[in-house]
Amino acid sequence: MTDNHQTLALLLFSAFVAVTLGITTWVSRNRQGSAEEFYAGGRLFTPMENGFAIAGDYMSAASFLGISGLIALYGYDGMLYSVGFLVAWLVVLFLVAELVRNCGRFTLADVVAARMSERPVRIAAGTSSVTVSVLYLVAQMVGAGSLVALLLGGTSEAAQAWTVVGVGALMVIYVSLGGMRATTWIQIVKAVLLLSGTVALTVLVLVRFHGDFDRLLVTAAERSGHGESFLAPGLKYGGDWTARFDFISLGLALVLGTAGLPHILSRFYTVPTARAARRSVVWSIGLIGGFYLMTIVLGFGAAAIVGPDAVRGSNAAGNTAVPLLALDLGGGAGSTGGTVLFAIVAAVAFATILAVVAGITLASSASVAHDLYASLRRRHAKPRSEVAVARTAAVGIGVVAIALGLLARDLNVAFLVGLAFAVAASANLPVLLYSLFWRGFTTRGAVWAVYGGLIPALVLVVLSPVVSGSPESLFPGVDFQYFPLQNPGLVSIPLGFVAGWLGTVTSAEDPDEARHAETEVRSLTGAGAV
Amino acid sequence: MHYSNGRPGGGGGGPESTADQYDGCAPSAAETPGSLRYDDPWYDALASGWGESCDAEGPVAAVPPVREERERRAAADVYLEVQRSAAFREVRSRYRRFVVPAVAGFFAWYIGYVVTATTAPGLMGRPVAGAVNVAMIAGLGQFLSTFLLTWAYARHARLRRDRAALELRWETQELTREARGGAS
Repeated sequence: MTDNHQTLALLLFSAFVAVTLGITTWVSRNRQGSAEEFYAGGRLFTPMENGFAIAGDYMSAASFLGISGLIALYGYDGMLYSVGFLVAWLVVLFLVAELVRNCGRFTLADVVAARMSERPVRIAAGTSSVTVSVLYLVAQMVGAGSLVALLLGGTSEAAQAWTVVGVGALMVIYVSLGGMRATTWIQIVKAVLLLSGTVALTVLVLVRFHGDFDRLLVTAAERSGHGESFLAPGLKYGGDWTARFDFISLGLALVLGTAGLPHILSRFYTVPTARAARRSVVWSIGLIGGFYLMTIVLGFGAAAIVGPDAVRGSNAAGNTAVPLLALDLGGGAGSTGGTVLFAIVAAVAFATILAVVAGITLASSASVAHDLYASLRRRHAKPRSEVAVARTAAVGIGVVAIALGLLARDLNVAFLVGLAFAVAASANLPVLLYSLFWRGFTTRGAVWAVYGGLIPALVLVVLSPVVSGSPESLFPGVDFQYFPLQNPGLVSIPLGFVAGWLGTVTSAEDPDEARHAETEVRSLTGAGAV
Repeated sequence: MHYSNGRPGGGGGGPESTADQYDGCAPSAAETPGSLRYDDPWYDALASGWGESCDAEGPVAAVPPVREERERRAAADVYLEVQRSAAFREVRSRYRRFVVPAVAGFFAWYIGYVVTATTAPGLMGRPVAGAVNVAMIAGLGQFLSTFLLTWAYARHARLRRDRAALELRWETQELTREARGGAS
């Protein structure tokens, strides 16, 4: 990578940081720090704005760089990710978005605690939300670090570490000063940038092949050296049965995890009604679906134009496929067009990471302040002081994420994202669905559902080949690997559901008919919704 | 009820967005004295925090615990009553009649796709037209079915549920308010 790339990419990125900091200052002027304002941006975003913000929250750098890279290297198997990430939104749309908007105020725990004995449920749901958020956050921080190393040529440890620290500091500033309002506008700006960049690259790829998708596929298959099998599943996950079960496990985690991600759930509270929440999801499904369709074109385009060998040569995981593709589409290394496109892609990827981490930090600080702090303190905190706690929590979470991000520097980003999805699907989704739809659900069931999904998911990861027992693991020297799959979803998600059921049938407490009626009426009509 | 004139017509974008704005502003109307103000055990602070005005007002005025308990009972009865009403059961069954088969359908289709892709790559690799094979068709089919189901759900909810749900919403809030007034 030449100096030109670096300078231009840094300039564009600085411009994005300046714009977002400007947004943060602008929206936080003359605002009193009410909880409604800080967690939900005043609840007055339009469905279209919120749809873009949801898309901005969801389309992470792992999707933009990771999925295209996987497609460039393994062909069809990379595409399976795109499908899972999109289909997951049907779960959100049908079962979660409107009902959660009607029943809750700021967090997942609000929905569950409305029917149950509040304290244990809030502590459980708050703990699992913070765990999911921190895992997801670490994934993005690690991604930011390696992105700098890859794109700006700075392979030194120091450059990587400083990027992680810088990203952490920026996200804390956005969140603690600007709250949900600033975060939402940053997501919107980022979604527009990312989609424009992706559309431009997709058009250039299709123009290169004269709009002939068939020829694009044929060329990609020829260049990959795998021939037709490049276009069929099995190159990455087709090996032994362990690999196949691993993929099914990942597929399950992807499709069920989205509806349990705290930063996605908190976005539904930024619109006034359930109807607006539904329309935001419809917008975001359109945007996200379009985006993942384009990543498929970019991935096969990178395979056809750059070639898997060049991609692998630059980064073994394929994360640089799209930047390399941009360089080639702009006219090749050394040309002005190539330099500009490469710099734009790098800057967009940074912007993506910054926006995503801001959204997650906000959601987890809400869980800390609104659920954990409020229940553990056992006193009636005034809304103002709760926001102060949330701001402090954002700083604390920033520090934790920076520290873990530095520790986990060499972990695979896609794995961490998959793990966050698996934990969200195991710990958050069962309790959410049971409280919304099961009349007989009790407090003990809710607590068991959360811990019964959370603990197995985390334990199985510790016992998996990711942590020990293989050359690529975190601790290659030791071997305490007892669970063969990398992704725990296939086991831990059913366990979460079973634990919730078991806790309910064994509990002495009678389910509260009236509070179930209240939840059901509220969730479907919006009566008394904030 | 005089709220009816703000109801959505179920038509295109224009009326819908005004309806949303209307819904959104409704709770702030509740802040004006004498109208729909309801204090709610569900929330620990003022339920409707639009902008900053809520801060100035502070949390809902404290009520003596005995009265609060009686009001909570009364409100709970309202929700039980609404839950048993024919209108609510109709909304609920319309929601379930769409969502249950749709979730079962797309989930089976997705799991079937993932399992087939991992267990039968040979079948998935069978060419259909040019370089496009069964796997490619199935993958793009997942995108297409997602878009179609999204459209169908939004349409079903707009035409079959929204109006009835909004009516129930205002009726329930009205009843809750009356119950509270009656108990005091």
